[in-house]
Amino acid sequence: MPSFRLRNTTTRYGWIAILLHWLIAVLFIGQFALGLAMVRIASQRTAFELIQWHKSFGFLLLGLVLVRIGWRLGNARPTLPETVASFERRAAPLVHALLYAAQLGVPLSGWALVSVSMLEVPSVPFDLFVMPNLPLVVSDDAETFWSGAHQWLAWAGMALAALHILAALRHRFLLRDSVFQRMIAPSSGDEPRE
Amino acid sequence: MFVRTLALLVALSLPVSTASADVSLGDAAGRYSIGAGGSSIRFSIAKLGGGGLNGAFGRFSGTIRIDGADVGRSSVEITIFPDSVGTGQGRIDAFLRSDAVFDSANAPQIVFRSTSVKRTGETTAVIAGRLTARGRSSPEVFTAKLDSLKRGTVAFHVTGKVLRSSYGMDVGTPIYSNVVDFDMTLVGRRG
Repeated sequence: MPSFRLRNTTTRYGWIAILLHWLIAVLFIGQFALGLAMVRIASQRTAFELIQWHKSFGFLLLGLVLVRIGWRLGNARPTLPETVASFERRAAPLVHALLYAAQLGVPLSGWALVSVSMLEVPSVPFDLFVMPNLPLVVSDDAETFWSGAHQWLAWAGMALAALHILAALRHRFLLRDSVFQRMIAPSSGDEPRE
Repeated sequence: MFVRTLALLVALSLPVSTASADVSLGDAAGRYSIGAGGSSIRFSIAKLGGGGLNGAFGRFSGTIRIDGADVGRSSVEITIFPDSVGTGQGRIDAFLRSDAVFDSANAPQIVFRSTSVKRTGETTAVIAGRLTARGRSSPEVFTAKLDSLKRGTVAFHVTGKVLRSSYGMDVGTPIYSNVVDFDMTLVGRRG
């Protein structure tokens, strides 16, 4: 079988799903690190520039997440191998659903934050175009609320990602089943079939 | 007496466009100190997507010398204290004062010194000079219009565009324009 498989099957993820997974993983965690750095850095100039990068990557992340959700809805869902325990069969979809909620909620709450900010700094992703603000009212209280929500969601997202990573590493190094490998490539792993 | 008072009242209440014929740069000869009373130095920076950042400097001082015989030999010098910047939003003010923009702790003064004054009309002149901010100097041009002249007080309306990149203050471009639009009312008192 050719390894250039774009779409999912009932046992394997295709290249599109794999690419989206890793791209979003890097962006999601990278954005968290950038977010922490930009509010702690002493130089106001560097802080301003980092915040604009954070907004640019945030909109990119939101766009990719929407593509990913669309792709997931239009593709087969690989089922877990039969060896996976029943607790994990119930826990994994819950964590995945919460991760999707965080992937949407973190960038959306960031968009809300810049929309209500008293500073009224326009969002211009990668200096390419002006992203309109969400139709929310600018106020100090709204800014405080969305700032808190954005941070809280980001930390929750990182906690979920940590759980997800630990579970994935367990499959890779302890259980040594195909669950981890099938997010590396459609044809790798221990199931030589189809 | 009544007629004279009336004539004065009419002259003072006339719109600027017609009043300009009543005042002349040549009549304003003398040395004037620019004071904060009645004066204002406002600026505006356009934002992508519309709107802009508007602010003003609260503290500045300067001198205007008008040569009655040859307006071209007049001069102006003005010092702005960037620490006094105000936009109505404290966090933006702090950002502007920081080393991101003015670095007012290390560069407490912004100075303009004219190098040439060219009269362009009865009440108007183009003033070229050097603007120094954050240790960098660059030639700039402003347009001045004498708005009023009475009892030893002159009032000029001065406008001009300054590129902030010339002074290492280009943070935020292109989201915020590189062009700073200045709109000043400078009131000078003789002496």
